[in-house]
Amino acid sequence: MSLNAGSGFTGVDAPSPADLSRCVHCGLCLSACPTYTTLGVETESPRGRIALMKAVQDGRVGITPRVVGHWEMCLQCRACEAVCPSGVPYGRMMAATRAQVRTQGRQSAMVKGAGRLLLRGALPHPRRLRLGAGLLRLYQRCGVQWLVRSSRVLRLLPGGLAQLEAALPALSRSFFGPSGETHRALGEKRLTVGLLSGCVMPLMQADTMRASVRVLILNGCDVVVPLGQGCCGALNQHSGDLEYARRMARRNIDVFLAAGVERIVTASAGCGASMKEYHELLQDDAEYAEKARRFSELTMDITELLVSLPFAAPTARLERRVTYQDPCHLAHAQRITAPPRAILQAIPGVELVEMEQASMCCGGAGIYSAVQPELSGQILERKLGFIAETGAEVVATANPGCMMQLEQGLRRKGSTARVCHVVDLLDEGYRGEE
Amino acid sequence: MDQPSLAGRFLDELRAIVGARHVVSHPEDLLVYEYDGSIDRRAPLAVILPASTQEVSRVLALAYREGVPVSGRGAGTGLSGGAIAAPGGIQIGFARMNRILEVDTVNRTATVEPGVVNLDLDMHAHKFGLRYAPDPSSQRACTLGGNIAENAGGPHCLAYGATTNHVLGLEVVLEDGAVVSLGSLARETPGYDLRGVFVGSEGTFGVTTRIVVRLLPLPETVKTFLGIFPDLDSACTAVSAIIGYGIIPAALEMIDALSIRAVQNVMDAGYPPDAGAVLLVELEGLREEVEDTSREVEAALWEGGAAQVQVAEAAEHRAKLWLGRKNAFGAFGSIAPNYFLVDGVVPRTKLTQVLRQVSEISQRYAMPIANVFHAGDGNLHPIMLFDERVPGALEKALAAGGEILRICVEAGGTLTGEHGVGLEKKEYMPLVYTPEDLAAMKLARDAFAPANRLNPGKIFPDGQDHPPSPHRAAPGLYA
Ligand SMILES: Cc1cc2nc3c(=O)[nH]c(=O)nc-3n(C[C@H](O)[C@H](O)[C@H](O)COP(=O)(O)OP(=O)(O)OC[C@H]3O[C@@H](n4cnc5c(N)ncnc54)[C@H](O)[C@@H]3O)c2cc1C
Ligand code: SF4
Ligand code: SF4
Repeated sequence: MSLNAGSGFTGVDAPSPADLSRCVHCGLCLSACPTYTTLGVETESPRGRIALMKAVQDGRVGITPRVVGHWEMCLQCRACEAVCPSGVPYGRMMAATRAQVRTQGRQSAMVKGAGRLLLRGALPHPRRLRLGAGLLRLYQRCGVQWLVRSSRVLRLLPGGLAQLEAALPALSRSFFGPSGETHRALGEKRLTVGLLSGCVMPLMQADTMRASVRVLILNGCDVVVPLGQGCCGALNQHSGDLEYARRMARRNIDVFLAAGVERIVTASAGCGASMKEYHELLQDDAEYAEKARRFSELTMDITELLVSLPFAAPTARLERRVTYQDPCHLAHAQRITAPPRAILQAIPGVELVEMEQASMCCGGAGIYSAVQPELSGQILERKLGFIAETGAEVVATANPGCMMQLEQGLRRKGSTARVCHVVDLLDEGYRGEE
Repeated sequence: MDQPSLAGRFLDELRAIVGARHVVSHPEDLLVYEYDGSIDRRAPLAVILPASTQEVSRVLALAYREGVPVSGRGAGTGLSGGAIAAPGGIQIGFARMNRILEVDTVNRTATVEPGVVNLDLDMHAHKFGLRYAPDPSSQRACTLGGNIAENAGGPHCLAYGATTNHVLGLEVVLEDGAVVSLGSLARETPGYDLRGVFVGSEGTFGVTTRIVVRLLPLPETVKTFLGIFPDLDSACTAVSAIIGYGIIPAALEMIDALSIRAVQNVMDAGYPPDAGAVLLVELEGLREEVEDTSREVEAALWEGGAAQVQVAEAAEHRAKLWLGRKNAFGAFGSIAPNYFLVDGVVPRTKLTQVLRQVSEISQRYAMPIANVFHAGDGNLHPIMLFDERVPGALEKALAAGGEILRICVEAGGTLTGEHGVGLEKKEYMPLVYTPEDLAAMKLARDAFAPANRLNPGKIFPDGQDHPPSPHRAAPGLYA
């Protein structure tokens, strides 16, 4: 019996029948899904999106604009995957589904445009990004931004782009980047780690990158930021551009394995999640499958690494009321929830106040806030409410996308709460000792 | 309603009541409303998502006028096909009616809308040192409206009773749109206890729009035991021993070897992979009380033939043990693409015998059958594991399930403990009820819904078996 007779999926990058049949439509994922709990329709639920994949596979429905719309509405936050009792690998199923949508030319115009402009055109090209960011910094600093924001220009932009403009955080004063040099461990050396520089972090959150280097060397790590590395390719993978994501993965694998490091570390949850899954992405690549497996095994989130060392608690006090936002790709994709909290709680004076639904997505989700501005905004709104209830003066998280989204939301609300990375606070704790 | 223009006009009127965004009617969208947590499938004509009692009432009045059958839909986690629409029928979904309206800490009650998720209510009650006791394993997703329709149970219902013991009052919309109140806040209600007959009526009496439930104080101490056994028989002996001591634990759950494998495939719940069965026993109450009973529980577990007994007191450890149990049904997806689960109840003294017969059926049908169930009240959940894409497999699973239900009834038990009859078990009703019994039940339904417009085709045998599975239907339906 052919299971795939009349299937609307073709080629290799398609959700596998084995993955699809693992979903027993029990519905236990519904209450974890931000789009379902916001919109209340099952077409925007994990089970519904999988049912549509199955329906396409069974030839019951085509890859129609309607069906694509429901898939594109997914944040790929993977909250459903983390609670699924059956272990349905939703993340890779959705990536493969989007690959089908993409190769069959069925993407919505918005997603297609964003893919071309950002995912292929900008993020993978450090030099282009740097140049663009340099111009943008000029734009933000010299007052033109004020002019644009207060003028009518913004109104002429399509909704998503205007939202994106609003989301632009102030760029870092000086950028961070791969140098190839080794930052030497202070005190007794324990490990040599390779740090992922990434695409947006060195431009938008260069201070966090520098804080990452400092906390690592303070805890006995030699830190290398190997030259030649690039963007991790996570956003390409999420959007279904698997071919390009593989290209980017191969480059990083070559660079980091050649650097001879004992661990590969990232301060970006989204990058870490995708790097830990390079082995899945490249499993059919005869030359790279094995190397990818090694690379994935070496990869650790910075909070995970610090706790495993273990890190030294700062001794100086940092009186702060802090709440922690779990990045989806840390909590759900990597199932890391305790280490960031352990770090925050180890800083004397920090009072960690849990917000409600801390691991519910903030609506940032890569380019989601640009391509689905309305729903992204609704999801963010709910998050901001929970943050406000805690009365926290600092919102700590562990992913650049979440930092930008929360920053943007809080500023718009006129909140004075500060957004930072967990390692920023740890670094401040250490610096208080000096 | 077979003329498209008629259906179109009807849908327009529905849109006028709840807003166009809240009517799902495109055939591609309806693909995700054709199932619940079980095996039956049928797409509704439309799904309506009202926001208030008034809207529900107007939708029902309209459907009544047009002769369109209506089924409620909570989270669609049901395990008897209860939420599946009748042919040509609509579903009313409660995802937008999901507010906790009030918690009265003095009288220990909560007033909620029907779409509130069971666990959300429980977690909210925790903030006041209270709890909502009924805890179906699906509590993370299932709704109070669905719980009331099915009179849902759960592991802790052994000590606290099923949903019906916790519902004080209901606001219900009848098939013609009339809004009525059943029960009240007081413990005693003058006149008929209609609340009592309504709970468990599987959506055939009326549509629940507001619910008042009882909350209980959180226990001072909770202790969970994991008894690890070489085989199912010895675990059953331990169950008898516990009951023999006169202990009613808060929960007493059995997980067999196949279920252990399924759970451990997906997560580490701390169940040993080589165990023949494990028992989860939970004690709750005042510290001294729990300490006293603990010794007896441990003794009973050893007497039954436990290879090992673990005690968990830390909240995290207990949560891990329970997560495994609560995830068990879903975890079967890691072993087979489909499951069919029956919910028979047997007297506790017959557990060993009936489980042996189940194992014999499994061999005869060459189909794996797992057992994970509420041992304390003899509520079995034999689960047939199969792949519906293999011709004949679904029919085989259904036949095996039927045999098991027959065995349960022969052993002095019954068809369903907590999942309801729905579409799935209606043809088995004559096993436990005489035609007169069934006629009496129909009279009760007719008193609430004389036109039989609410969830028709459920509960009562009508010779119409399961709707055909679309997986066996011709492809290309909407392509
Ligand atoms: C993994 C898993 C574990 C489970 N464990 C348990 C368990 O331990 N104990 C247990 O008892 N059940 C269990 N169930 C079954 C199921 O979760 C329960 O029957 C639950 O009560 C259904 O709630 P729901 O919101 O999903 O309802 P649905 O499945 O949507 O509907 C169930 C029935 O309720 C009706 N209904 C829903 N809302 C209303 C309303 N407002 N007014 C009138 N009728 C309404 C529907 O028409 C239908 O007949 C489990 C299911 C799964 C998938
Ligand atoms: S994805 Fe998992 S939790 Fe969701 S319906 Fe499927 S099996 Fe159940
Ligand atoms: S990934 Fe997130 S948004 Fe997408 S279906 Fe899962 S829970 Fe919902």
